[in-house]
Amino acid sequence: MAGSTRAAGPVADVVRVRVPEPGLRQDVRAVKIVLHRELLRFWRDKLRMVSGLVQPVLWLLVMGTGLSNLMASGGADGDIDLKTFLFPGVCAMSVMFTAMFSAGSIVWDREFGFLREMLVAPVSRSAIVIGKCIGGALVATLQGAVIVALAGLAGVPYDPLLLAELMGLMFLGAFALTGFGVMMAARIKQMQSFFALMQMAMMPMMFLSGALYPLNGLPTWLSVLTRLNPLTYAVDPMRQAVFSRLDLSPALQRTFNPGVTWNGWVVPVWLELVIVVGMGVGLMGVAILEFRHSD
Amino acid sequence: MPDGDPAVEVDGLTRRFGDVEAVRGIEFTVRPGEIFGFLGPNGAGKSTTINMLCTLLKPSGGRALVAGHDVVRERDSVRRNIGLVFQDPTLDGYLSGEQNLRFHAELYGVPRSVVGERMRQVLEMVGLWDRRGDLVQTYSGGMKRRLEIARGLLHSPRVLFLDEPTVGLDPQTRSSIWDYIRQLKEAEEITIFMTTHYMDEAEYCDRIAIMDSGTIVALDTPEALKAGVGEDRVRIQTADDEAAIAAIKERFDLEAVMSEGAVTFRVAAGEAFVPRLFAGLGVPIRSVSVSRPSLDDVFMSFTGSTIRDAEAGASDRNRMTMRAMRR
Repeated sequence: MAGSTRAAGPVADVVRVRVPEPGLRQDVRAVKIVLHRELLRFWRDKLRMVSGLVQPVLWLLVMGTGLSNLMASGGADGDIDLKTFLFPGVCAMSVMFTAMFSAGSIVWDREFGFLREMLVAPVSRSAIVIGKCIGGALVATLQGAVIVALAGLAGVPYDPLLLAELMGLMFLGAFALTGFGVMMAARIKQMQSFFALMQMAMMPMMFLSGALYPLNGLPTWLSVLTRLNPLTYAVDPMRQAVFSRLDLSPALQRTFNPGVTWNGWVVPVWLELVIVVGMGVGLMGVAILEFRHSD
Repeated sequence: MPDGDPAVEVDGLTRRFGDVEAVRGIEFTVRPGEIFGFLGPNGAGKSTTINMLCTLLKPSGGRALVAGHDVVRERDSVRRNIGLVFQDPTLDGYLSGEQNLRFHAELYGVPRSVVGERMRQVLEMVGLWDRRGDLVQTYSGGMKRRLEIARGLLHSPRVLFLDEPTVGLDPQTRSSIWDYIRQLKEAEEITIFMTTHYMDEAEYCDRIAIMDSGTIVALDTPEALKAGVGEDRVRIQTADDEAAIAAIKERFDLEAVMSEGAVTFRVAAGEAFVPRLFAGLGVPIRSVSVSRPSLDDVFMSFTGSTIRDAEAGASDRNRMTMRAMRR
């Protein structure tokens, strides 16, 4: 009967779509489109791109220049520009802000209803969360790329390999941070609460990460807190990458690039990366579970 | 699946929010290809029912099959076969209309070979093809709703759920939305399940279920429901209303009341009754109007109140339900 009415009707050329059975292919498509949307929205929102730059640039150029007067110690070992020291920390900082903001868009989507469109689709919730995390990380890395482009101003050489290395490290850090943000966003219903919470989490994370000062010779309490902060392990590999390209005396290297130590043992870079990626995957896993259980 | 199988089959469906029983064991069947309307005041349980049928809300009891699939045990199969247009917008304003549809097509796994053509078709149907490249935040309320209808249709669902599709729109836009819905029924093999609390819109449906306080109080075609009420409504303006009411009671054995400044009563075949009224009333009549029973009258006859009164009474209960849902 259905066939005959169609043939008889005036609109005979209706394209009928068959929605395929769920499966890995569908989930991959879902991950890709959620990710694609993040990029599209980032690209549209030029203001956000610019505003995301303000704080890191202030730290790097204003604080970096201003404070370098204070520590014009120099001495026999030679000198190092404070801006060069701050550079990896500022990269991490800009990535952190953008990653958190991307994750926060889930709360936004919830408020504006779009989250519902995603949650009622016949795809697994993990696909949506994974797309969101990778998308957020990519967007944050793009934002970080702008800071990386300023390397020359901070006395960091434009070594293509170094730049690529920094971008890769920023992506891993951004992934972990987006995972954290998405996990928080799963439970929060209002944008204001999300931002308040993020502010509360981000400032301590930044100050306790070694982004702004070297991690050696700290009092015990501060030393312990910095080692517990996951961001520490995202900043340090970037600093090591930058310092390996600088021509510095061993004494300066020791002072400004001491690495992260656990009770005197220097944590190797690979382990730091394992910690960062592990955190990211773990937090994303929690986020997936949270979204599975919400309606 | 053969054409004869019901599009929606509901048996003993119940939903509680804490102590509030929003839906109380309802039962109905929607035939394939029909426009089925759920009518009732705000807070009657319409949205709760639709949310359960769309797999967004777990029933507290009972069973529901949509497109032949159980809404609890075969959630994904249900989702692949339904389209949804919610009361509140679910579009991304920072994307263009086309990008919103593209997003939906990818999420639902619409084969890439047909996406372009299908998008053109649904966008043309709702008259948005020319505006497809514009950001959705520049669309008017009616355009957004039309885009959502287009999106709901993109993956050729068997059942399209429209939850108050015209609420908050101006009358012109409302009627154009209805044009699209009827056009849609011509063009696609689709069942439309919708809720509304506008009486005049319910007339467009093939069958209507009237819902009040979580139960279905009547279910039939609009004509049959109106015929069930039977009597026409006659309103007259007279020189002496009191005397007229008494005379109507005495000479025709009908109960008349004053309503909105006119003597009002119900009688079968009202137009044929008017000449007798003039001949026999004995009180000068200044004007007469006769109206056929409306769905308003139907609603009143089944629930004992007008839909507006019912809404005022239900709003407290509704607020409680909303609070329970937000938990």
